[in-house]
Amino acid sequence: MSLSSRHLLGLNGVPKEDIQLILDTATTFREVLERPIKKVPTLQGKTIVNLFYEDSTRTRISFELAQKRLSADTINFSTSSSSVKKGETFKDTVRNIEAMKVDMIIVRHKSAGVPQYLTRISKANIINAGDGLHEHPTQGLLDMYSIRERLGKLEGLKVCIVGDVAHSRVALSNIFGLKSMGAIVSVCGPATMIPIGIESLGVKVYTSIDDAMKKNDVLNILRIQLERNAGTRIPSLREYHNYFGVTSERINKNNKEIVILHPGPINRGVEISSEVADGPYQVILDQVTNGVAVRMAVLYLLGTMH
Amino acid sequence: MKIILKQVTILNPEQKLNQKSDMLIENGVIKKIGNLNQEDFKSSEIFEFENKYCVPGFFDMHVHLREPGREDEETVESGSNAAAAGGFTGIACMPNTNPDIDSAEIVRFIKEKAKDHLVDVYPVAAATLSRKGEALSPMYELFDAGAVAFSDDGVAIKNAGVLRNVFEYSKNFNTPIIEHCEDESMADGVMNEGLISTTLGLEGIPNVAEDLIVMRDIMLAEFVGAKVHIAHISSKNAVELVRQAKKRGVKVTAEVTPHHFTLTDDSIKSYDTNYKMNPPLRTRADVDAIIEGLKDGTIDCIASDHAPHAIEEKEMEFIYAPNGIIGLETQLGLVISELVNKKHLTISQAVEKLAINPRKILNISVPQIMEGEVANLTVFDSELIWTVDVSKFKSKAKNSPFDKRLMTGKSIAVINKRKIYFEDKFIPI
Repeated sequence: MSLSSRHLLGLNGVPKEDIQLILDTATTFREVLERPIKKVPTLQGKTIVNLFYEDSTRTRISFELAQKRLSADTINFSTSSSSVKKGETFKDTVRNIEAMKVDMIIVRHKSAGVPQYLTRISKANIINAGDGLHEHPTQGLLDMYSIRERLGKLEGLKVCIVGDVAHSRVALSNIFGLKSMGAIVSVCGPATMIPIGIESLGVKVYTSIDDAMKKNDVLNILRIQLERNAGTRIPSLREYHNYFGVTSERINKNNKEIVILHPGPINRGVEISSEVADGPYQVILDQVTNGVAVRMAVLYLLGTMH
Repeated sequence: MKIILKQVTILNPEQKLNQKSDMLIENGVIKKIGNLNQEDFKSSEIFEFENKYCVPGFFDMHVHLREPGREDEETVESGSNAAAAGGFTGIACMPNTNPDIDSAEIVRFIKEKAKDHLVDVYPVAAATLSRKGEALSPMYELFDAGAVAFSDDGVAIKNAGVLRNVFEYSKNFNTPIIEHCEDESMADGVMNEGLISTTLGLEGIPNVAEDLIVMRDIMLAEFVGAKVHIAHISSKNAVELVRQAKKRGVKVTAEVTPHHFTLTDDSIKSYDTNYKMNPPLRTRADVDAIIEGLKDGTIDCIASDHAPHAIEEKEMEFIYAPNGIIGLETQLGLVISELVNKKHLTISQAVEKLAINPRKILNISVPQIMEGEVANLTVFDSELIWTVDVSKFKSKAKNSPFDKRLMTGKSIAVINKRKIYFEDKFIPI
């Protein structure tokens, strides 16, 4: 079995079989992570570049760890977008890296479409680690893995993405991936955070968090970015918390069975209360562990393709 | 020197002219139309133009020459060469150069650069100093130096009070104020706002950002009694606003670019930055409304918004790439392919929108095709099928999304200022 594409640019249009294969492969690697020696020789001799044009801690660490556990050689290239804007062009940077003979490029960039662009200028396998407001496919995959791990399936499950959907690459990857797997996807948030045309993707919109909780099996709660939103899309974090925050009172009132995901980093007391973040409903730290396994699976499947 | 355009189809809707005949041009002046004698043929250079249209020279009223400031991208000369190749004998160049065209010196500088070229270049001057939307530019001086209109193109004049004064002041010269209609506070995006922008994860610019300023400008122009020209109209509702305003007698005119009647935001799925422009490519409904507007005369003319960019600047991450594409050399092909051949416009209507109306808007006299008149002509083949090849463009820039596209309709020759441009050469006549 192998994937139908040699890149992972997003989950839009990725067939169910591919997602299934990645999740199943991740299960194997998840097991490896529980061993005393957590390293396998699968990608020995492969060179992987982590090309991060945007600040990232956990995604970069997760990828790096996944690469090391597969015995690949890893190089990190991190820079802030603003400095690059002035100096060498993105294309020249990539060409230089390419000239050093690399096999895979993991890319994060502020601009949507950069992974697609990379496939046109590089021969390496490209994995999107987040492009602008577009997609973050490995996050979508690890979310699906974590849901499946907790609830045993994806098909027919009702999953609601809560928060600033309009400015989230996690949301789109979840929407495309989950729909491909047969889940029923919805979003919830103030109208200023719901992207235009989202219903056309077959996604229901909830304006009340209570309704969303009642009608869904899973909530995937997005981080509210203070710097982006305060005073413009929402009046204050306090108001957001009061009307859309996920608290244990709301869970107790609406749906005690609900599973809570959060891609992190969490804002305690804003989109999620501490009680919920540390409580029995959440799988937040499982997501982090699963992230390494899922990324190992993706790296393995793409890195060993012929 | 004498030349003969043999068996051309002379077409000028202004003069209700549509006839096939020979035309003798001597020293740049139309000497005789029809019934040429042996003597004429013997002493002239003959151009075999049978089945080609001969019309008043095309005029593009929205061109960005990058001189002064970015001569690596385009100069007055290279832009004029591109214009000649595209079938234009006249262009108006926008003021967002560096420095801006906000002083008489810069107007004179550009006119001086252009004076020996076949193509007439008419500067559009900034309406406010440095196009900041604050202090009025010296419009009297600019007008006297040769500016044909005023615009802060690139942006709308944000402050309605300032715009009112610009309108009032412009009445003295009867020149239009050309507005790039966009409410800046809603225009953070990089493409049209809609389902496609949501799916691609790119920030959108909604139609209403354009509609709001079109509405404001129309109301203000109506109030002042001044002329407003809507640049590169792109939104369905904006077309309707112009239509209603014209019915009321407001002095409003509008232009559309070939890319806005040809392409939709669907093209951006490849993240190709040659589809990034401002205003952004809109939806099918907008394109349909624009075509309706062209048909019923709501949209007066077609202009390229020719915007040259260096390769390394355009070939960038989508959100960082600059807006705009070049268009002088693909305009006629798109008008014929997308409008005439699809039966939206007749050839005569196309000529009105390419040659006659833009000059009328800018108070420039429209060339007449009659004996004794200066020859300012475009000869084009409406049936020639060709493939766009940006590497052959006369423009210094190559940023066109139409590379490799098959088009019907191409300019064969342009004649102006005692020169003919034919087969890639300027020949004095």
